[in-house]
Amino acid sequence: MALKIIKSQCTACGACEFECPNAAVKFKGESYIIDAALCTECVGHFPKPQCAAVCPVPGTCVPV
Amino acid sequence: MTAGLVTLGSLKVASREDLSQSITGPEATGCKATACGSSGGPADMDPATWARVKDHPCYSEEAHHYFARMHVAVAPACNIQCNYCNRKYDCSNESRPGVVSERLTPEQAARKVIAVANEIPQLSVLGIAGPGDAAYDWRKTKETFRLVSAQIPDIKLCLSSNGLALPDHIDDLVAMNIDHVTLTINMLDPEIGAKIYPWIFHDHQRLTGIEASRVLHERQMLSLDLLVARGILVKVNSVLIPGINDAHLLEVNREVKRRGAFLHNIMPLISDPDHGTHFGLTGQRGPTAAELKAVQDACEGGAKLMRHCRQCRADAVGLLGQDRGQEFTMDLVPEQVAYDPAARAAWRDWVAHEREDRRAAVAEAEAATRAEVAPQEQPLLVAVCTQGGGRINQHFGHASEFRIYEVDARGVRFVTHRRADNYCTGGAGDENRLAQVIRTLEGVPVILCARIGDCPRDDLAAAGIEAIDTHAHDYIEPAVAAVYRARKAAPAATRTA
Repeated sequence: MALKIIKSQCTACGACEFECPNAAVKFKGESYIIDAALCTECVGHFPKPQCAAVCPVPGTCVPV
Repeated sequence: MTAGLVTLGSLKVASREDLSQSITGPEATGCKATACGSSGGPADMDPATWARVKDHPCYSEEAHHYFARMHVAVAPACNIQCNYCNRKYDCSNESRPGVVSERLTPEQAARKVIAVANEIPQLSVLGIAGPGDAAYDWRKTKETFRLVSAQIPDIKLCLSSNGLALPDHIDDLVAMNIDHVTLTINMLDPEIGAKIYPWIFHDHQRLTGIEASRVLHERQMLSLDLLVARGILVKVNSVLIPGINDAHLLEVNREVKRRGAFLHNIMPLISDPDHGTHFGLTGQRGPTAAELKAVQDACEGGAKLMRHCRQCRADAVGLLGQDRGQEFTMDLVPEQVAYDPAARAAWRDWVAHEREDRRAAVAEAEAATRAEVAPQEQPLLVAVCTQGGGRINQHFGHASEFRIYEVDARGVRFVTHRRADNYCTGGAGDENRLAQVIRTLEGVPVILCARIGDCPRDDLAAAGIEAIDTHAHDYIEPAVAAVYRARKAAPAATRTA
């Protein structure tokens, strides 16, 4: 249970990085990636995954 | 006299005398002495406020002739979506808010600011205007300001924000001595907001529709109130979107003035399908120059209006109306740079004297106009080619924008600037460019420039526009007043009759 970032759509704005409650988002190469081992889809923290809620490009932070 | 044709931005500053010489030409060394000792600001501003804005090109029309700003694009994250914004797209030939060519870390940004300060002595302001929201991406904004102000303590710090996250950082803003904040406020009415903002991200939730705009509006008013209460100068930017908020902006103007905004800047929507924005893709058009001026004029008497905004990029560098950002990309900035304050100090020293001289020249010219021209004479619009310093010092062929002044017996007023290069022109040739310039100058019968070739002069004349280069390197306002007097002065016989 984790989300991933579609690299080709990522604008690398980094909002997901600082909204993530698990520090699962890191910058790598030209875009951000989500460490599936750390991602909890925000269960227990927030009603919805924060990366997907803040991402400016639709369909970019999606379930694996 | 080509010797005086220098680019202000590339001046190497050695002394005040060198500056005078390179700007005004070899025959005009030193200040033309004036007895006026006033250091006060324009008549409509109290001295304390003037002291805070006089070196800020975005807050003072007068300052933008002398001082430069730079934006560093350290804050790409945003907490709202605007229908006029799509940050996926960038074109280095484009100039509009939110557009950048490279994003910087705070450390890179600090190095770049120092490199620019060493090269551009006019630099007085560091702004962070995104490309996202500077107050939402606060950690990067704050770290950049901290690094820069440690090395250049007298640089003015300012930021732009939509106001949603700003109340969370108000204590930080005050502690960091951030003196100027620009809030983008496009509406008071959430029903109108819903047509501009599809969603916001606030308190860990994505809100949509009218609720999103209701929360955004409340936070924007809270930001404005907090900033005013803490003594920070606030400029409000509003994007004029025809058919959506054009009439509503009068209410916005009244409300932000009532709450203490210092300046209101009503900017035209920039909309093009190629920008990939919602408005661009759905055919929402921007306002015409006449529509923009109509809304601005209707707001006169409310919050003081800014009319010299260039809607610059989030990584712009230089005097307003010029962008030297491409000279300072990170690959061109040295790994190690040490700040040398000498050039900026010399510039400020020179400007202090130059300003007095110019102010006296303006007063003298306006007095002459009042004496020679009947008060009921129609006003005249005059276009000016300048590259800064408050002088007519640009070749017509080099001008990509024109400053438009209105003159009548009451005086000379800056009205607006008109750009002839707003967007990528797709490699249009010179013929097309002159045609574009002539369209840009519609309704303006006179243009003042430092020099102009015979061909464009004839083409302009055929279009009913008189090009004048005999005022080369003079101060703008006195030259505009002289042109007006030459056209309108009553014959001596009737004046004395």
